Amino acid sequence: MTTAPPPAESPVSSPAARLRTIRRNGFSIGLATGLYGISFGALATASGLDVWQAMVLSAVMFTGGSQFAFIGVVGGGGSAIGAALAAVLLGIRNTLYGLILAPSLPRTGAKGLARAHLTIDESAALAASGTTVEEKRTGFWAAGVWVYVFWNLFSLVGALAGQHVADPAAWGLDAAAAGAFIALLWSRLRSGEAVAIAVAAALVALVTTPALPPGLPVLAAALVAVAAGLLPSRRRPAKRSATRTITQEGPE
Amino acid sequence: MSILWIAVIAASVLSFAQKWVGYQAPQDVLERPRIARITTLLPIALLGALVATQTATSGAEIVLDARLAGLAAAVLLLCLRAPFLVVVIGAAVVAAGLRALGWA
Repeated sequence: MTTAPPPAESPVSSPAARLRTIRRNGFSIGLATGLYGISFGALATASGLDVWQAMVLSAVMFTGGSQFAFIGVVGGGGSAIGAALAAVLLGIRNTLYGLILAPSLPRTGAKGLARAHLTIDESAALAASGTTVEEKRTGFWAAGVWVYVFWNLFSLVGALAGQHVADPAAWGLDAAAAGAFIALLWSRLRSGEAVAIAVAAALVALVTTPALPPGLPVLAAALVAVAAGLLPSRRRPAKRSATRTITQEGPE
Repeated sequence: MSILWIAVIAASVLSFAQKWVGYQAPQDVLERPRIARITTLLPIALLGALVATQTATSGAEIVLDARLAGLAAAVLLLCLRAPFLVVVIGAAVVAAGLRALGWA
């Protein structure tokens, strides 16, 4: 294989073309994630929720981990309060996403509410993979809107059709989600520090999985970034100026 | 109204509030160098953790199955500079194929 190595910073595409690509990626993430709504809807009704309750969770709660936790507790014979607590516990990471996204997304009026509502793993992840404010915004809305549309559509299908529908895992959709996350992470692994943080975070998540309720290992792993951020950057102590970090991220 | 309905609505509203509150942090706090550095590093840690949990966990257990092969396929495709969609579909096809063959 002697293909000429492309320029270091991937192919030179116009900003507009990059935004189109991001929108398309948002759509595919939305479809792949949304299909999981079938499992949610089917499990929700099997756990004793009616179709309306399942749909309120998908439309209003709209955060997959919390929804599965809720029906998991109810289905396992737990109390309704316990189910609500489990859901809220898992939702903590969405607060973290808001903190990260706040500088690059508009914040007022109805759009501000929509922005909050669509804040989930996938929209935060696609936004995070953008290099400019415009790309971050585009990624956030594309993934957020399409996941919302497909998640609710397929939740309804699952809730109505129940066990008659196929298992999304048979289609490899669980692996597709893992593939999407690694693809979003890939472009950020440009420094040794980034690789170290990603690997450490993955390890922390796996090690804490047996001990913590689902969803919380991801939060525990976030502490890796906090620790790394608090450590003084040893390699280039003098050069790292505050303004540089901020302008890279693009203030509002 | 049943207790289940109350729990559904309360948990849903609280979930929204959790999302909303994250955006309310004052900007000048977020722009402090140390905080800015942490929020730059956070997505890397979160994505790393999501890759791990999505690939190798099921509930509170570590489970190694066809997803791992799917992830390997995704990494290979990324090394070959395949576009996003190809990476995602490649991971799905490999995992689904192995399951269909009954190998994982």
